Amino acid sequence: MSAKVTVRKFDAVIVGAGGAGLRAAIQLSEAGLKTAVITKVFPTRSHTVAAQGGVAASLGNSEEDHWHWHMYDTVKGSDWLGDQDAIEFMCRKANECVIELEHYGMPFDRTDNGRIYQRPFGGHMSNFGEKPVRRSCAAADRTGHAMLHAMYQRNIKANTQFFVEWMALDLIRDAEGEVLGVTAMEMETGEIYAFHSKATIFATGGAGRIYYSSTNAFINTGDGVGMAARAGIPLEDMEFWQFHPTGVAGAGVLITEGVRGEGGILRNANKERFMERYAPNAKDLASRDVVSRAMVTEINEGRGCGPNKDFVYLDITHLDPATIMKRLPGIHEIGIQFAGVDCLKEMLPVVPTCHYQMGGIPTNYHGQVVVPGKRTQNEIVPGFFAAGECACASVHGANRLGTNSLLDLLVFGKSAGETAVDELKKSPKSHKELPADAFDRTLARLDRLNTQKGGSNVHESRLDMQRSMQKHAGVFRFDNLLKEGVQKILDIQKDVQQTEIKDKSKVFNTARIEALELDNLIEVAVATMVSAEARKESRGAHVRDDAPDTPERPNGRDDANWLKHSLWYKEGNRLDYKSVNLRPLSVDTIALKTRAY
Amino acid sequence: MTTARTLQFKIYRYDPDTDQKPTMQDISVEIDATDRKLLDALVKLKAKDDAIAFRRSCREGVCGSDALNINGRNGLACLTDIASFPEGKPIVLRPLPGLPVIRDLIVDMTQFFKQYHSIKPYLINNDPPPERERLQSPEEREELNGLYECILCACCSTSCPSFWWNPDKFVGPAGLLAAYRFIADTRDQATNERLDNLEDPYRLFRCHTIMNCVDVCPKGLNPTKAIGKIKDMMVQRSI
Repeated sequence: MSAKVTVRKFDAVIVGAGGAGLRAAIQLSEAGLKTAVITKVFPTRSHTVAAQGGVAASLGNSEEDHWHWHMYDTVKGSDWLGDQDAIEFMCRKANECVIELEHYGMPFDRTDNGRIYQRPFGGHMSNFGEKPVRRSCAAADRTGHAMLHAMYQRNIKANTQFFVEWMALDLIRDAEGEVLGVTAMEMETGEIYAFHSKATIFATGGAGRIYYSSTNAFINTGDGVGMAARAGIPLEDMEFWQFHPTGVAGAGVLITEGVRGEGGILRNANKERFMERYAPNAKDLASRDVVSRAMVTEINEGRGCGPNKDFVYLDITHLDPATIMKRLPGIHEIGIQFAGVDCLKEMLPVVPTCHYQMGGIPTNYHGQVVVPGKRTQNEIVPGFFAAGECACASVHGANRLGTNSLLDLLVFGKSAGETAVDELKKSPKSHKELPADAFDRTLARLDRLNTQKGGSNVHESRLDMQRSMQKHAGVFRFDNLLKEGVQKILDIQKDVQQTEIKDKSKVFNTARIEALELDNLIEVAVATMVSAEARKESRGAHVRDDAPDTPERPNGRDDANWLKHSLWYKEGNRLDYKSVNLRPLSVDTIALKTRAY
Repeated sequence: MTTARTLQFKIYRYDPDTDQKPTMQDISVEIDATDRKLLDALVKLKAKDDAIAFRRSCREGVCGSDALNINGRNGLACLTDIASFPEGKPIVLRPLPGLPVIRDLIVDMTQFFKQYHSIKPYLINNDPPPERERLQSPEEREELNGLYECILCACCSTSCPSFWWNPDKFVGPAGLLAAYRFIADTRDQATNERLDNLEDPYRLFRCHTIMNCVDVCPKGLNPTKAIGKIKDMMVQRSI
């Protein structure tokens, strides 16, 4: 491969064309800035397309609701690890962002009076945790698809310039730490380019493919998170991964929580509605971490279903078939395709499955990337923004509520776009010169991959990583398994550093792409394992055996020592911490208390 | 459930970097009982020969990446049951027909998306947006069912002889389905403009109701019906 790098200049470059990237792109394109959106798949193939159940907003279309209640639920859902300024910002912006989507043409379902249809969802309650509320704005069970297409369509209208099937490879950062763009590969030709920009927005999604069993698409390889880590940006709260209660057993394909929102019930081998024992108030609509743990406990205690007693059932056979076909048509299709079950007549086999990365690239609520500096723990990295699942604002803390991910990508995609537009318009500047070593890391990676002999196999190394993550950092975590896990994942990292590919073609070389993706996945896997091993408490999705539920420490949460965000640095594989922002923007702090549903 | 067995494949291979012309590769792979879909087998094949190039992403039939020509018929690899393949016969995989091949099973979809973009696939409403949502009754919203669910996989357009002959002039079933999705939306104000845009011997009227599109759509949509409705509207307004 030639070492030639062609440089192209833009005002702004957005990496990723899922929900967050497309929302940011609308902002920049409509402001008339010269913007490039780089995406390794055609925009509507991005994983936002797979979101099913809805997007949260306290529109109050079917019953009374308020953003402050939504904020309370989100703080509680996060097990108080979320930053309350960012959470207030998101919940207050929700209505505006959802209404905008409707104006873009998104085909929401409707209530009888013509408004956006809303359904109940896990952890979303009225009046500060009292009872479930209808807050999830839905387009059947295809909300993500409807949303992603509507935003792509709006971008067509805005004439956004897309670079489709281009893979970003590394962040370009100069000696002062300022971000000046990215390097990228045109997949069709294998040529390497640099996108030199004044603002760089990462909207690259999560890395759910670090786990063996995942609801995530093949493309969810944490590319932005890996690029940030290699460029010296710390990763925040990477120990917190959401296991969605209802992945199809065996296949991993997602079954929306909206199924339970519409009245679905989880049952064990005795047909018992076991969630009544774990969450007497919210029952099947408790928060996802709570439901997933209850399911695994049922399975561990021998009440799992099937010949191997290794899943539980999701039952909607008592619902009106017409309602199912109207509100959950995609689930009916998934049941037949991936479980061989007609959910109108039979129960669906489900199991908790890795679903969402709560942590990521640290940002403030303006979408600006922030890192600890000399003066404060949140100093802005000039020129760098992040939004959506790759970012950590942090609104999800230790556990995300269902429907808050689509909201996150709308609110912070827009916010990052707005902030970038403001900066570029208020203080017009010319492109800062690229440092001499701008392409070195990228070219070294590609050169290594081209010349590697006797190396490890990409497929095998990836499987090793996925199996290790599954075993050592799953729904329940154990001190000894985490310690072993750290050693194991560091060993696997060595394999990943010497992967070998047989295919050396320049043209659409998917073997090379998968190897480059694995470079990103492994950064996320190491960050996750190291951060998880170090956090000696149970909080939200991170629950460990040596931090059990006791009267002194309900749920095993240790606020005195661990009410803080983890920050993992690639260099030296070290951890640092920063405090949680408990001060909202305009209302009182939502005071710490024990989480129960 | 499938059973553990060996699958024989004949796969279209072409890498312009090294090959003079395309060839059909014979290759087999062992699959487990847990491998339900063709995509599961393809992922295993790629572990065996990392140079086989194909697109894939969500593996659950919503992203539209892995459309292929499977035993002569267009479909998504992730929704095609391995159990549906007859034993003892190789599974023949080719790229989607009618579009230029970039490499192996990957086609250049530029022409397909160009046609999609040509119908202005976005809501046009020039009234100032209201503070809240634009109202739409459940019945009006129901008109969009069977239209908005398209995943742009191109199974339909690349199975359509009219699209094969005139990919630059005939919008094709996917694009026309999208056109009707906006015509049918009570919030959209550009019906006349949209009909004008299609009033042409090729763009709409090259559809000869062959209905291959309906036959192959992995989402069970019916572009021919949508095209019929647009044709009706054309006739209606000319009277």
